[in-house]
Amino acid sequence: MINSGDTAWVLISSALVMLMTPALAFFYGGMVRRKNILGVLMQCFIILCALSLQWVLFGYSLSFHPGEGFWGGFGWLGLRGVGLEPYADYAATIPHQAFMIFQAMFAIITPALIIGAFAERMKFSAFLIFTLLWATFVYDPVCHWVWGMGGWLRNLGALDFAGGTVVHINAGIAALMTAIFIGRRKNLDHNAPAPHSLPFVVLGTGLLWFGWFGFNAGSALAANGLAVNAFVVTNTAAAAAGLSWALIEWIHNGKPTMFGAASGAVAGLVAITPASGYVSVVPAIAIGILVSVFCFIAVSMIKPKLGYDDSLDAFGVHCVGGIWGALATGLFASKAVNAAGNNGLFFGNPKQFLVQLYAVGVTLIYSVIVTFVIYKVVDLIFGMRVGEKEELMGLDLTQHRERAYTILE
Amino acid sequence: MKLIIAIIQPYKLEEVKEELYKTEVNLITVSEVLGHGRQKGVAEVYRGAKETGNLLRKVRLEIAVNDGFVEPTIKAIIKGAKTGETGDGKIFVLDLKECIRIRTEERGTLAIG
Repeated sequence: MINSGDTAWVLISSALVMLMTPALAFFYGGMVRRKNILGVLMQCFIILCALSLQWVLFGYSLSFHPGEGFWGGFGWLGLRGVGLEPYADYAATIPHQAFMIFQAMFAIITPALIIGAFAERMKFSAFLIFTLLWATFVYDPVCHWVWGMGGWLRNLGALDFAGGTVVHINAGIAALMTAIFIGRRKNLDHNAPAPHSLPFVVLGTGLLWFGWFGFNAGSALAANGLAVNAFVVTNTAAAAAGLSWALIEWIHNGKPTMFGAASGAVAGLVAITPASGYVSVVPAIAIGILVSVFCFIAVSMIKPKLGYDDSLDAFGVHCVGGIWGALATGLFASKAVNAAGNNGLFFGNPKQFLVQLYAVGVTLIYSVIVTFVIYKVVDLIFGMRVGEKEELMGLDLTQHRERAYTILE
Repeated sequence: MKLIIAIIQPYKLEEVKEELYKTEVNLITVSEVLGHGRQKGVAEVYRGAKETGNLLRKVRLEIAVNDGFVEPTIKAIIKGAKTGETGDGKIFVLDLKECIRIRTEERGTLAIG
């Protein structure tokens, strides 16, 4: 039975999540040097275009067709059989296509997250091919295992409400791989590149926070109490994490920064994502406060020490924050919040923590291996990195023949 | 004392800076400028329309040096900025009458270094 309230909420949520990809573009775009901002905006925008098509043509079928294999199956290619009646196994009160388009937005933003790691130095053509292969061979299978009917991690009882494992850990670890394979940007040692527009970063953060209500509360797939719980804990965790990061900087560096508070808020949103349908408000505050501690250490201590150039901290925020969120779900989940979920360690069920740990481990290992293969194949055939001169001139001019900003008029 | 003004390709700025650090020339003023170039530059395309305005982006360096540093500075700029193609830019060397460090009111060669 189609419920008009549920359908309206899922459609609005789909639009909210769609906005997160352009929001991410500004979040990342503000962090790069001015010669590369169009490159970042274009990468995010073209993912929105290309993966929208990939999803309706075959991505949705690979991810969500019922099946117990590597992918779901091929039965829903071109959305054949995906109609306007509900598909009860996923969502009993909304049209099947509403569920499909909601999921499309997740499939779009996930590969866009990886952009932060190789920003300012990847060839546009190679990027496009890499992204399509990654979506098909990494995102679609992992999505099926965790969320699809017959998916083996789903059957194991792993809890991932809105995509901590599927989206953030998956993309975050792939990001680290690409940062290592593509190598450091040129001339980093004497010229640590400053973000060219922090206001864009803050604008992007605000729009991400806004869109994230669709991401998490929309994942209830109904306009109900669970959606409200997800909405409230999402806002709470983002707030706690933004404040926490600013305080850490205040203590550690003497001043709280706008960039830090924004990074913290995003880290909080990442961490609460898998937990948002299973935890209540007080655990959400703990999740938010602690994620900033972990991500701050990853970004400002571990990264400089190991020397990989994760330009915009896609790994440091999304993978580290995502792992914390997935494990925190195993600690704080409570059947009092969601009877369809499970209790976590602190509610007397230590097994859930182990299941979460297992799902995280499997995702990390799978994503590392397949990202490695895809990267090396595309690199061999097309070459991933732009030439030295192109890198110095910037991606805007060399990849797109445009400039973002004029000088005189 | 000389004032060295150099107009270079923007994408060569980092390399020139590296070379200048190696020569121990650390005091430098940089600005972004537009110039009438002889070369065509990279054409920008906006919605299919090609724009090859002849005002091209350049970077302008100003470096005040004592006489012993003039040749090393010139060499460093050339090493960092030269590609052999049109558009590499120019270096101007001017006599510098006076130099005053505002903080200490020191003058002349003392104030430059």
